[in-house]
Formats: sequence, structure tokens, C-alpha cells
Amino acid sequence: MALILIASMAVTTMALRFLPFFVFGENTPKYITYLGKVLPQATIGLLVIYCLKDVSFTSGSHGIPEVVAGAMVVGMQAWKRNAVLSILLGTAVYMFLIRMGI
Amino acid sequence: MAGRAETVTKAFYKSVPVMAGYIVLGIGFGILLRDAGYGVVWALLMSLFIYAGSMQYVGVGLLTGGASVLTTVITTIMVNARHLFYSISMIGKYRDAGTYKPYLIFALTDETYSLLCDDASGVTDINCYRFFVSLFNHCYWVAGTLIGSILGKVIPFSVRGIEFSMTALFIASFTEQWLTSRNHIPALTGIICTVLCLVLLGPEKFLIPAMFLITIVLTFMRKKEESNR
Repeated sequence: MALILIASMAVTTMALRFLPFFVFGENTPKYITYLGKVLPQATIGLLVIYCLKDVSFTSGSHGIPEVVAGAMVVGMQAWKRNAVLSILLGTAVYMFLIRMGI
Repeated sequence: MAGRAETVTKAFYKSVPVMAGYIVLGIGFGILLRDAGYGVVWALLMSLFIYAGSMQYVGVGLLTGGASVLTTVITTIMVNARHLFYSISMIGKYRDAGTYKPYLIFALTDETYSLLCDDASGVTDINCYRFFVSLFNHCYWVAGTLIGSILGKVIPFSVRGIEFSMTALFIASFTEQWLTSRNHIPALTGIICTVLCLVLLGPEKFLIPAMFLITIVLTFMRKKEESNR
């Protein structure tokens, strides 16, 4: 049974990933091309918010570690344009801050 | 073959930010699945063939809770519906990917998407590059899963907080896209619509409505843009 459930999850996930390619494969409508151009930027914005969805600004650490480390990532990226560096530094700052009990 | 080695090296470098996050999240999944009574073969099967982080975490609950096939399929659609959006925005980029195309589509996770949705500069074989970025990420995920499933709780040091590397990855891609594009309306639309849905609907139910709202707003913006010309 577990095997069947895992297969269902795998097949359904694949179907979701492949569906748009089958539906719009050969002659992509202009509207879909447009969406393909603008959706990535919007979706990355969505993913940023999604990652921070459980941060509470009114209790606990008030989201200070997230805001400080996030600002660090933005600053480093704007300065050096090196994603690996920005991510490593931001994560290190975050891990440090939560250990300080902030 | 120097060109190919260079492409693989560039792909590896691009994939490095995902490494820590995938290995840690993979370990977490491996431990969770083992504690639920499913050993290393199950972990390997799931990470190889489902390859969708949050779905696999949910999947552990489905397995232990004795869910039906129908429940499993519906839950998978709800958790993974966002992949429809990723695929739609990659149709153009993956069009001429040839033999790499099926794997590129299969391996399009949130993180791989965020690495590949901006244009790589100075890469000669773009499809080969995208293939290796996808493959490296898949390897990190499988490796993490295996470590978690086999070694479990013997990992001695505290990695608490390392999951922020995923958040940092998305923030860095967002910043980079902001700096390279002149039109900031799509980026702002993404942030504003998502925050709005989060505030109105709460952290459990906002994701899919936010995606619809973003699509509607961007569709409206297109009409406006065209009528301005």
C-alpha cells in the first residue's frame, strides 16, 4: 500500500510539472509567453513571503533575526552581486542571532 | 571537452547555495520517515521519484495515517499546485532543451526554479548547464535523505537555523532580479499580493489564492500596457 501511495504522489507531482508543457507545448499563446516573462519575478517575491509566513512580529523575537539577516542578504547582494556569499553570510548572521536569544 | 567541464563547474557553483539547505531538509525528512517506520529504501524511492520537499514531509503523514489513493492525489495537487506556475514560466526557456527537457521539467523544484529563472551569462551550452544545476540539486536532496535515514539522530552538532539558507536564497534571487530589471511591477505585484493574502487568509491557506491574485493582477497590467502603446 505504501508503494501505491508513493507512486500516486510521484505521478501526481510529475503531472503538475509536465501539464503546462503538454498543453502549451508547440504554439504558446502570446498571453502565456507574457506570463512566462513576468511570473518569475512575482513568484520569487511570493516565495520570500512564503518562507517568512510563520514569523511573528508581535511576539517572541519580533522577527528581528529574520529582518536583520534578510537585510544583510539584500545588502551583500547589491554590493558584491555574489549569491553564494550573500546566502552564507545571511545564514551565519541568522544562526548567530538566534543563539544570542534575540 | 573543456567547454563541457567549464559548464559543469559553473553549474556546480550556481547550485552551491542550495546544497546546505537541501542536505539539512533532506536529513530532517529522512529522520521523520525512519521514525514513522519506513527505512532507507522508502526514503530513497520518495526522494528520487517524488522530489518535492514539502510534499514529502506531508507524505509521511499520509503513509502513517493510512490515507486512500484519492486523498493522496488530492493532497498532492493542493500542496504542489504551485509547480504549474513554475512550468508555465519555463515553457520558453526549456523549449529547445532536447533530450534534457524531460529531466529538466521533472526536477523543477522551488529552489531549482529560483536558480534557473534568471538568464545565465557566459554559458556556452545553456541546456547542459541547466541540466547539471538540476542534477546537483537532486543529488543534494537524495544525499540528505540518505544521511537522515541511515545516521538519524547521531549528528552531534546543532544546525538550528540553517534552514534560513532557503529564505536567504530566495531573498538573494529577488534582489538580483530587482537589480537587473527595469520594470519592477511584477516583483512588487508578487510581494504585495502575497502579503495581502497572508494577512487576510492566514499562513495555512494563502499560497494558492496569492498565485491566482498575482496572475489576475499581471493579466490586467498586460492589457493596460498594450493600451498604452
